[in-house]
Amino acid sequence: MPSFDLAKVPLRELNQALHNVAAGTNEIDFEVLNPRGAHAVAVGIDAPVTVDVRGNCGYYCAGMNAEATVTVHGSVGPGVAENMMSGTVVVKGDASQYAGATGHGGLLVIEGNASSRCGISMKGIDIVVKGNIGHMSAFMAQAGTLVVLGDAGDALGDSLYEAKLFVRGKVKSLGADCVKKKMKPKHLELLADLLERAGITDVKPEEFTRYGSARQLYNFNIDNADAY
Amino acid sequence: MTYSNPPTVPRQSATFDDYTLSEIRRAAATGIYDIRGGGAKRKVPHFDDLLFLGASISRYPLEGYREACGTNVVLGTRFAKKPIELKIPITIAGMSFGSLSGPAKEALGRGATLAGTSTTTGDGGMTEEERGHSEILVYQYLPSRYGMNPRDLRRADAIEVVVGQGAKPGGGGMLLGQKISERVAAMRTLPEGIDQRSACRHPDWTGPDDLEIKIQELREITDWEKPIYVKVGGARPYYDTALAVKSGADVVVLDGMQGGTAATQEVFIEHVGLPTLACIRPAVAALQELGMHRKVQLVVSGGVRSGADVAKALALGADAVSIGTAALVAIGDNDPKWEAEYQKLGTTAGAYDDWHEGRDPAGISTQDPELMKRVDPVAAGRRLSNYLKVMTLEAQTIARACGKSHVHNLEPEDLCALTIEASAMAGVPLAGTDWIPGKTGL
Repeated sequence: MPSFDLAKVPLRELNQALHNVAAGTNEIDFEVLNPRGAHAVAVGIDAPVTVDVRGNCGYYCAGMNAEATVTVHGSVGPGVAENMMSGTVVVKGDASQYAGATGHGGLLVIEGNASSRCGISMKGIDIVVKGNIGHMSAFMAQAGTLVVLGDAGDALGDSLYEAKLFVRGKVKSLGADCVKKKMKPKHLELLADLLERAGITDVKPEEFTRYGSARQLYNFNIDNADAY
Repeated sequence: MTYSNPPTVPRQSATFDDYTLSEIRRAAATGIYDIRGGGAKRKVPHFDDLLFLGASISRYPLEGYREACGTNVVLGTRFAKKPIELKIPITIAGMSFGSLSGPAKEALGRGATLAGTSTTTGDGGMTEEERGHSEILVYQYLPSRYGMNPRDLRRADAIEVVVGQGAKPGGGGMLLGQKISERVAAMRTLPEGIDQRSACRHPDWTGPDDLEIKIQELREITDWEKPIYVKVGGARPYYDTALAVKSGADVVVLDGMQGGTAATQEVFIEHVGLPTLACIRPAVAALQELGMHRKVQLVVSGGVRSGADVAKALALGADAVSIGTAALVAIGDNDPKWEAEYQKLGTTAGAYDDWHEGRDPAGISTQDPELMKRVDPVAAGRRLSNYLKVMTLEAQTIARACGKSHVHNLEPEDLCALTIEASAMAGVPLAGTDWIPGKTGL
């Protein structure tokens, strides 16, 4: 297993090695030691490798991930898995702001809490947060699914497009054009699948409330000006 | 005796002029601010207010057509493993597929490639048309991140982190429902036909310290190969340039208020930001104070129309310029041959700016399949190439007249200003004097 101790080798070596993974190689399991809050750890991967990061990371850990499974055995700073295309990123600890921002695909699991703007501008990514999320989460979220087992802060789903939001706990307030919606069988199926993929077995889909866009701000209307 | 009061000529108000009155009526009728494309139309101090001095007894001119005058420019020499090499110091500014038709984007790529320069994507991502026809393509990294993906990031030749643009520094993007066609919607992951609102701030960073980390991430993802530009609107050019350098930019792109947009509020275009002329010297001063002039390249845009404008921008310290509106005109925008159709839209050739409505008779700022057929990408690309080459020849002509063997050797000392305002903004003496307001004497 290739192992990179960031206390001894520069970050560049790690990311270059991850970008150089050849198709068909057997060396697909990587380990990162002593990240010590480094930014841009394991970014831009475009191969079906696994990366275990043992420690806390700074900004943009696993940014723009494609195909890889990255597990952070610690907490992460802002922008974990930002613009992820596919693959899986698991954070065993907490995540700072902008977790999963603009992600197009793949699954992001945060086993602790996520700070503000979780899932901002998400474009197809699925995000599961076992704890709570902060304010302005799913702001302008376009597509994908955000599942929160705990509570959500202020202005959830402000200016939401077509992303689906499911919260098990309390929502402090909803943002502009975000409304509570009826849970239909297809949503329960979607939730069950996501919970299973996130390794969550002790929670039922029926315990969640669904939120989505009221679609009142999709085309400008002067009578809605107060909402802008 | 009867009192006679001869009528005077009807007097229009300078404050409430015809345009202002029409805007009040329009606002009252619709309840929405006016949205349009393009840049500031108001008259502001500009390159026209500067003149070159030319050679004389104390300056030795170069022979036109015989003595070489270089025009090449290399962008991204600070950190990138693969800097961009352009034959001419004029690039094509970022304009999106969505705001522009596919054939228009293709024409821009073809024209830029023929002339040996770069073109730039816009909000909405990279299309195959522009990648395929642009030998050198700059990929914009915008707040919306519409269509943003690592594959396109890697196949770009440079990355431009867009913080703002001159038409609307501090404003986000806007693409109204008429232009959100099926293809545009799919590229942006949006429902078809909605009014697209783009964010004005990046979703995952705020401030220069974060920007530095974001640039580090982009470099790591692309293995430090690509030059990274930072584009800012003309707002606080001294500080913005210094902060872009601090954040690790290879190139700073500075866009004045005459720089165009696909669509935003008229009030924003006309009332926010600095004229291009006022932006250049503060930006150059910041680079010089940091010891980074010519190491971090400065690209200036906003109202560049001719080789004279190019030469003046370079003389003031820019490394290159970028054109948007002028490039669109070169490929057919606002062409008088469509006058009858402009009239039907309530406007006239040369003034048409409702680019957001998607009904452009020239087929450029539209997604209408029939209208866009009016753009022949090959012929339009040739026109753009011609225009770029003329601008380059003009800049060379001026540079030779000033005794310069490369357009980058032009300097402020070659210039004088026609107005006090332009003199103060450009930091060159008022013509016939040695006075620069704010610097020499009063």
